[in-house]
Amino acid sequence: MYDAVLAETITITGDGGDAVEAYLARPLDPGPRGGVVVIHHMPGYDAATKEITRRFAVLGFNACCPNLYHREAPGASPDDAAASARALGGVSDDRLVGDVAGAAAVLRGLTSANRKVGVIGYCSGGRQAFLAGCRLPLDAVVDCYGAFVATSTPPEAPFSRPAVIGLAAGLAGPVLGLFGAEDQHPSPAETAELERVLTELGTPHELHTYEGAGHAFFAVDRPSYRPEAAGDGWSRIADWFGRYLAA
Amino acid sequence: MCTYSTQVVAVEGSGKGAAGWFRLTSASVYFDHPVHAAADHTLNLDFANRALGPAARVAVELTAPAARQLARAILAALPEPEPEPAD
Repeated sequence: MYDAVLAETITITGDGGDAVEAYLARPLDPGPRGGVVVIHHMPGYDAATKEITRRFAVLGFNACCPNLYHREAPGASPDDAAASARALGGVSDDRLVGDVAGAAAVLRGLTSANRKVGVIGYCSGGRQAFLAGCRLPLDAVVDCYGAFVATSTPPEAPFSRPAVIGLAAGLAGPVLGLFGAEDQHPSPAETAELERVLTELGTPHELHTYEGAGHAFFAVDRPSYRPEAAGDGWSRIADWFGRYLAA
Repeated sequence: MCTYSTQVVAVEGSGKGAAGWFRLTSASVYFDHPVHAAADHTLNLDFANRALGPAARVAVELTAPAARQLARAILAALPEPEPEPAD
């Protein structure tokens, strides 16, 4: 069995035609295979997110993670870049969508691509994955504990973000949501609202809430890591993308 | 959660980063995921000078009780009334 993968830093054309750094991981066999855009969490385009991107390649997908903070801090360490972006107000929703579109275009253009592309995001990236799925022709969406999908950020937040659930009619792909029962952002009430809206719209979806887990249960280097939930979650993610990104 | 909430204030003073001392121009204050501290959320302080680049930053991640204790200590340590700024 040939199982070589290649992971490398590339430049994609992001929102507004900007050159944006990205991390591409892909199996080296000829394919065809689906692609996954990985959206990093608010702390940045870090080693853990690159590891997740490589894992998708090992699972048999092409995967691309754009550095959402590249413009604010090209070449900076991930934590410094995240701090810079945060101080400047964070990534706008429009720019996020443009950067995800750029990453999806790279994935569709690979010689091993079957031209199906999904998106996954963690934490703030969960909201952004849902948003991208509503505004772009993506074939599958995975939202890992994204807060402020069904509710807006508090109005007093200097850099507030609106709820994106109102855009759900634009979803082209089915939605897998993975949440922790002990998380308050998103709370079980918020995920129940997400369930209600997706059911009402007839959007194929599966939302799973893990008991004994809170926010960021996939993060292996954080005290929030919950191996049982993370293990089951990874299985569901592999199955979801395997189902909906197949040739 | 990622809180999104960030307070950014202009500051005057200096900080010591990886490349030595530099003049500070801003401080970001937010309660969110830490990069290093072993907690789900911490009170994070970024003392920075953006004109010098993203690495011109002194970062601190404190647990909520530690941050409150620090805030009280800062207020207790400051002289009252506030002295007139030096010329």
